[in-house]
Amino acid sequence: MRSEVRFSGFGGQGIILSAVILGRAAVMYDNKYAVQTQVYGPEARGGASMSQVVIDDAEILYPKVAHPDIYIIMSQEGFEKYGAGAEDPALMLVDSSLVHSRPKCRCIEIPATQEAKQTLKKDIVANIVMLGALVAATHVVSEEALEKAILDSVPKGTEELNLKAMQLGLQLGKQP
Amino acid sequence: MTRTEFWQGNTACAEGALAAGCNFFGGYPITPSTEVAEFMAAKLPKKGGVFIQMEDEIASMASIIGASWAGSRAMTATSGPGFSLMMENIGFAAMTETPCVVVNVQRGGPSTGQPTMSAQGDMMQVRFGSHGDYAIIALCPASVQEMYELTAKAFNLADKYRVPVFLMADETVGHMREKIIIPDTVERVSRKPFVPGTPPFRATDPDLVPGFPQFGTGQHVHVTGLTHDERGYPAATNPGLHMALVKRLVDKIENARYEMADYDIINPGAEQVFVAYGGPVRTVQQVLHDRPNNDVGFLRIRTVWPFPEKALAEFRNARRFLVPEMNLGQIAREIERHVKVPVKSIPKLGGELHTPAELVEALEAKQ
Repeated sequence: MRSEVRFSGFGGQGIILSAVILGRAAVMYDNKYAVQTQVYGPEARGGASMSQVVIDDAEILYPKVAHPDIYIIMSQEGFEKYGAGAEDPALMLVDSSLVHSRPKCRCIEIPATQEAKQTLKKDIVANIVMLGALVAATHVVSEEALEKAILDSVPKGTEELNLKAMQLGLQLGKQP
Repeated sequence: MTRTEFWQGNTACAEGALAAGCNFFGGYPITPSTEVAEFMAAKLPKKGGVFIQMEDEIASMASIIGASWAGSRAMTATSGPGFSLMMENIGFAAMTETPCVVVNVQRGGPSTGQPTMSAQGDMMQVRFGSHGDYAIIALCPASVQEMYELTAKAFNLADKYRVPVFLMADETVGHMREKIIIPDTVERVSRKPFVPGTPPFRATDPDLVPGFPQFGTGQHVHVTGLTHDERGYPAATNPGLHMALVKRLVDKIENARYEMADYDIINPGAEQVFVAYGGPVRTVQQVLHDRPNNDVGFLRIRTVWPFPEKALAEFRNARRFLVPEMNLGQIAREIERHVKVPVKSIPKLGGELHTPAELVEALEAKQ
């Protein structure tokens, strides 16, 4: 089944890296196919950043995202530019510490930046918290695959911090 | 053992070059090709190769020509504005029969245009952009896998035919990341050896390709862009010699058209037939996949130049060819030259890939 995932936030939050980690988890550790693309322009620095991933069990032909099934939105501007049009049956995970708008579709509030700051003393790993929450809420890739892809992608010396962030996200994303 | 990776297209291009034994890169970074140069700068010196950032693209092209004559497998990478600057020395490479690989990750033009957006606007420039008559080979990848494979293939074609070979990618394929299976080994074709003591530009074999008298191997050789005789000496006022030389430069490529042709024919009995290369291939594949009854044909081309025109005739029931391109119909016009049925160009400018819906609409439209 084809899943289309869109990440948006502001430049510096690790939006692109999140998408790359998700695609890598699917391809390298879940034996699926994935294509990651991004809005690639000078405006992404500091402004709204956006990256998308298509995940499928079968080979992916058309590589772009047309109608995202899942949104991960980490800034208000990102919501306005890349999330406001979301409609059912899509699912949106918002970083509720930074985004005050809510979509028309189903929405899960994850206070990722606030929790990362309070619990882990590092708000830089908020994107990894969101990835953990995404996997807990949707199982678009397995937890094991996500963990391995995170370890492949983060700087040396930050592995433990990032795994804690992922665990925190997995807790926050679990649906009752 | 093959291995799986999740790579960006430009990374796969650079990895493919390394696998093919590329040991010289001279270039000037430009979006959306910069990752190729970045990768080569990081990796090539560690493998005993040479990376040089030149002062501009004119010099970049000159550097790979020189490196090639010194025996290197040499490559550069650029995009539209840099490609325009390379034109003069591309003609020099064609005239001097210098094997080299030029990657053009196409962006929106003309001029500086759209640096970060996708296009296929240089497809005629690559064939005819330098002055005079000549022939080149141009390959168009449609996936990260093909960024790797066709880059490696480009080196072999360059060495086999002693000609500049172009990887005409586009931003879509250059920047997306996807699954790639890395083969154990990559086939390597060697340059035809030179027979010492013979005139260095004499081509006696049926393939019209002379042996390569590499610099530093004992043979004095004069390499010039002027019309030259078999010894390599200028003979610019000899009409017959000029005719014979330029004809050979073109014929050695055009005669080998089907030997090197690389294309897929899907549903050859169909009445409506898509023809595509590069990024738009992916949209056509999606459209065909979504139609249950195999009623649409598809000619999917990897070697756009020399154009494999006979492939069009395989679609014996074709009533119409549809050609989606991220330009205003450059290759559609080439196809029109070869078929009697209507050719519908589906141009798209602006930097985005055609959507499946746009192609379905064109397919269902009467005109």
